[in-house]
Amino acid sequence: MSLFAILVLPLFAALVSWLPLGRRLAPAATLGISVITLILAVTSALRVAGGAPVVALRNWLELDGLGALVLVLVAVVAATAALFSWGYIAREPDARHLRRYYANYNLFVWAMLTVPLLVEPALVWTAVELTTIFGVYLVAFDDTPEAVEAAWKYSILTIMGGAVALLGFIVLYPATRLGDAPFTWAGLVVLAPKVSAHLLISAFVLILVGFGAKTGLVPLHTWLPDAHSQAPSPICALLSGVKTTVVLYVILRMLPILNASGRIDVDRWAVVVGLISVGIAAFLILQVTDYKRLFAFSTVEHMGIILTAAGLGGASAHYGAVYQILNHALTKSFCFFAAGSVLLAVKTRQIADVRGLLRTSPATGAALLFGGIAIAGAPPLAVFLSEFSILRAGVAARQYLATGLLAAFVVIAFFGILGHLNRMVFGQPAPGADGAAVRLPLSCGVTLVLAGAPIVVLGVYMPPPLHRLLEAAAQSLAR
Amino acid sequence: MGSFAPALASLNGLAAGVFLLSAFGLLATRQMQGCLRFFRLQSLALVASIVLIAIGMQVPDLLVVAFLDLAIKPLLIPWLLRRQVPGEVFQRREIDQVLNIPSSLLIALVLTLVAYFLAEILPPASGAVDSINVPIGLAGLLLGVFTLAVRREAVPQLIGIFAIENASLLAGVAIAPRLPLVAEMAFPFDMLIVALVIGILTRITHERVGTTEVGALRSLREETSR
Repeated sequence: MSLFAILVLPLFAALVSWLPLGRRLAPAATLGISVITLILAVTSALRVAGGAPVVALRNWLELDGLGALVLVLVAVVAATAALFSWGYIAREPDARHLRRYYANYNLFVWAMLTVPLLVEPALVWTAVELTTIFGVYLVAFDDTPEAVEAAWKYSILTIMGGAVALLGFIVLYPATRLGDAPFTWAGLVVLAPKVSAHLLISAFVLILVGFGAKTGLVPLHTWLPDAHSQAPSPICALLSGVKTTVVLYVILRMLPILNASGRIDVDRWAVVVGLISVGIAAFLILQVTDYKRLFAFSTVEHMGIILTAAGLGGASAHYGAVYQILNHALTKSFCFFAAGSVLLAVKTRQIADVRGLLRTSPATGAALLFGGIAIAGAPPLAVFLSEFSILRAGVAARQYLATGLLAAFVVIAFFGILGHLNRMVFGQPAPGADGAAVRLPLSCGVTLVLAGAPIVVLGVYMPPPLHRLLEAAAQSLAR
Repeated sequence: MGSFAPALASLNGLAAGVFLLSAFGLLATRQMQGCLRFFRLQSLALVASIVLIAIGMQVPDLLVVAFLDLAIKPLLIPWLLRRQVPGEVFQRREIDQVLNIPSSLLIALVLTLVAYFLAEILPPASGAVDSINVPIGLAGLLLGVFTLAVRREAVPQLIGIFAIENASLLAGVAIAPRLPLVAEMAFPFDMLIVALVIGILTRITHERVGTTEVGALRSLREETSR
């Protein structure tokens, strides 16, 4: 029942936001409904963590471990980003523009929530495509030439990716003629041993190329830093924190299917593609000039880390991959909230123009520094733990080359991120900089506290239900 | 049905031929209007092929898909684009292209050959009627990606995307004619939303940047420290 509710509520919120009934209604409805959706998602995920997959409509609407994890993460970031939007978007003078923002926001969130709920691959393709399309308006929201340019690159590259991936999904379908299993993720795992290796590989390559463009895997990542730097910050949090993860989730779904066939070493593909993304992104991080692009490249890096971890194989590497999905979504959304607060305070995206942030605007400076430390993977915060568990699993699996490269790239990215942020946060502010005059909206401050808390807590304490959910998610990768 | 199969197969071959020809046309034409016309022709060829497969393989579901495709691709999408994109864009005769046309066509020819060999590794078509669809669909896909890469104007780029989707479907109906109807119906509707959203985006681009020559959009780069 709650799965159906999750499918309907955001649509309802979109409708309400679109109605011209005052400036406060749209943000209130969006925030209220995203909190309700979050509660429903968490209760469903707890049932999954308890050991029983939730089935709402057999072979169409089901929730297993990996799906539940992604669902909860989308719901969490949707709720925190709605709270952040409250204060962040309020400066928008045009009420119609504001309503359209929230209507699109809810449609975007709705599309992302449907991806992990659906288990029929062809419908999953449609849902992923809708996440892209509903994101276009949000990326272009600021209506500057740069934002429009970013939206254009985003839509052309990612929709092209979708059109290529479509053939991959169709190619999978004839597998259902070979046995008595439905056309679902689980059904395909059952059928895989009977399907020809050519068919599986061609489907996988088409989906990897197509959806790789949407996830921001190198070399089709070029749209990502543009879109993730030009969109309003709450949207960046959604795009970077969960949208990329939702698409990567679909690619990860293909791994157990190819592994089940027993004749294809798909894990090696995943490791190679993943490492290329981590490596290129790590070096690109060194030369960014815009702090929102910095976090965007870090997203490319983390998508690569997750894919590499999933490809290292074995239960502990799979656990590391889903653990990284969790920590990345929480931390990266926090980073963009912090970056958005800095942007409100200093009104420039250029790293070189920001100096001594801790003096001019202590709260935002501290938040940015904390976000940077957390996403770079410094102990004892959450991302450090998941990256460490991935490296340990890699060593245990005797994949020394891949693990060594991964560790080297992660360290390069670590110093890249902290080097840039160090210059922004510390030092003497430029004369004439009066960032302190800008007060951070209350809702933005509250969001920073709410979104930052889990990063600290997960660094020192893992709640048992969450641990069970992660184990269930790792199992969906293994099969 | 058996006695009709050869006739259906050659008719389908004709449709697939027209499909491939219009994929080349999309690449070679220098006029915005021509681009739209070739897209219409390609969509009609796709619809014809779907109908022939529906008859040949006796899958009535596909007739619904064909009808939806007929309504949306050659009719609704061009109409939507006409409404949203400023008319001035369509008056333009010359389309900027990264490569000149003869060399693009040569590359396209090579891509078509590559597609024929690549089609070997894809699953074969499910019936006798539609064996031509898989290689031609794959060729259309590669040509669509290539068109997208060399075009520098917004509308032809968008049409390139639709051409890729058309090609995926052309191969798709042959590989999996019995895909669930819900899913097959979702595809054309999806393209309709794409046309709607990108059409609006094209208009905004025209207003903000003053051109729809998206190849000229170069302000977001690492080197430019504004």
